[in-house]
Amino acid sequence: MQDALKHKVAYAGPASVSVEPASAATPPAAPSPPRAHPGAREETRETRAGGRPPGIGAARTGLNAVTAWFQAKAYGLVVGTIGLALGLGLWQVLSVNKVNAFINFSNVPRPGLVFEAFVKQAFNPVFYVHIEVSVLRIAAGFLTAAVIGIALGTLMGRSKFGAALFAPYIEIMRPIPAVAWIPLAILMWPTDEASIAFITFLGALFPIVINTMQGVEQTPAVLVRAAKSLGASPLQIFWNVILPAALPSIVTGLAVGMGVSWFSLLAGEIISGQYGIGYFTWNAYSLVDYPDIIVGMLVTGALGTLSTALVRLAAHPFLKWQRRAR
Amino acid sequence: MEHVVSLTDRLASIGGRRSSAGRGHIRVDGVAITFGSGRKAHHAVMETSLDIKPGEFVCILGPSGCGKSTLLSSIAGYVRPSSGEVIVDNVPVRGPGPERGMVFQQYSLFPWKTIRENIVFGPKVAGRPKAELEAIGATFLEMVGLAKFAQSYPAELSGGMQQRVGIARALANSPSVLLMDEPFGALDAQTRLMMQESLLEIWSAFGITVVFVTHDVDEAIFLADRIVIMSASPGSVIADLKVTLPRPRSQDMATTDAFMELKRACHERIRAESLKAFAQQSQ
Repeated sequence: MQDALKHKVAYAGPASVSVEPASAATPPAAPSPPRAHPGAREETRETRAGGRPPGIGAARTGLNAVTAWFQAKAYGLVVGTIGLALGLGLWQVLSVNKVNAFINFSNVPRPGLVFEAFVKQAFNPVFYVHIEVSVLRIAAGFLTAAVIGIALGTLMGRSKFGAALFAPYIEIMRPIPAVAWIPLAILMWPTDEASIAFITFLGALFPIVINTMQGVEQTPAVLVRAAKSLGASPLQIFWNVILPAALPSIVTGLAVGMGVSWFSLLAGEIISGQYGIGYFTWNAYSLVDYPDIIVGMLVTGALGTLSTALVRLAAHPFLKWQRRAR
Repeated sequence: MEHVVSLTDRLASIGGRRSSAGRGHIRVDGVAITFGSGRKAHHAVMETSLDIKPGEFVCILGPSGCGKSTLLSSIAGYVRPSSGEVIVDNVPVRGPGPERGMVFQQYSLFPWKTIRENIVFGPKVAGRPKAELEAIGATFLEMVGLAKFAQSYPAELSGGMQQRVGIARALANSPSVLLMDEPFGALDAQTRLMMQESLLEIWSAFGITVVFVTHDVDEAIFLADRIVIMSASPGSVIADLKVTLPRPRSQDMATTDAFMELKRACHERIRAESLKAFAQQSQ
């Protein structure tokens, strides 16, 4: 979320009118103030770009960058590790002593047992089939949602008619949880596989549509005007102006959508199917194999985090201009 | 200044489409612009006619809210006049077009495109071949003295540098008319003076028609062949003054008698109108 905010702020820089009050804490990326003197034109030109002419950035990579990265991350790593250790310790104490004070820990396996179960599964080929099936379902549902969501969001952001036509659907369908769709999905789609992919798709769709729409709406009007006066066609304006302007917002939508598609998938897999990490988790419960429940949960969390990171990584090269603006 | 002239020769060699001579005749024919209708109607520009000769540098001067930017927008094609029409080189304006380059007040560069990509945007969407884009990019980067920043992004440049890129981007598209909407309004005083000088150099090299909107009297006198003064609510032209100061101009002309005389004339007209408007408002 912090990342999402940062994207918004940096993007809003050129059009500071649209900066939301909530994001005002981080100053928008304003261009460095001009430091020119009419008499000293040539000298000032070299120093005016905020001390960052091209080339310097490249030279700074290497050892310096690695050190800087560690310094920047060290605090988070140290505190995060301590926090995790405390949590594990608490889990250990509660589960070993079978604490039963309103919340019952007597059936919760201790961390060591979960780790053993994880190692056992790591050598079990079937476990990888579960993961593979889930990943393929996510890929199908999420990619479909990305294509349709970006198209729909752009349409709604650019056209009053489009917004008016689709807004009621989005508003009504958005709060419906994935689980609620399961009966209808099973009735509507020919195979279980299709109904699970459909539920995954729905989970990812709404965050993508809404974020794309917002990003498109916030495209500075002056940039569209500039492109028009330079002779760009509507399609060229879309590719060169609207899409890049909305991209930070779209990436946020995709990242959020990826998370939602994972928990939609799990809901779908618990109800139907014979494979998938959600099925694995639920099946472990049915078989009274408690450590495997937690293995399934943690693997789901890891896969979700990993796939969200992949989304951000894929967008990374296209957002270079934002990072350079700092 | 000389390097600008030699650049023009090079520009001429790029496809031989730089001959702006004779082009850029603007006729504003009885243009009136009203926003809204009925009782809520706001008359932004009252019926206005102007004839701007090819190669002329015209400043539209007036207080904020006098409709000068709206009038410029109608020439640019962003705003359809409620009546009358704008005709550029015998073609009625129906919308924005590449023959009318536009420079905005600020932040109009594409933040996700490098300086070079911004400059060649017009020729690129027009489908010019790659080699030509290379040449145009190099030439215009040199013209505005920013060759070193070809691969930088706009946010890495100062406001003055960004505006130079904005001018280069408009000119790289070889328009016959350059429309400028308070382009130096957001710059500090010193950068502003420097930009005015660069603009005049570029203008004399290109021989392009310039319509420049400003609320700064000194800026208008320093730049223009002719100053069109507008008054506020409803926007209308109240004076059309010739600026006879010799060219090339330099900033020290600001202390000459001729300059002072013009300045006094402008201020007088504007003050008279402001008083009128003030009296109307306080009624």
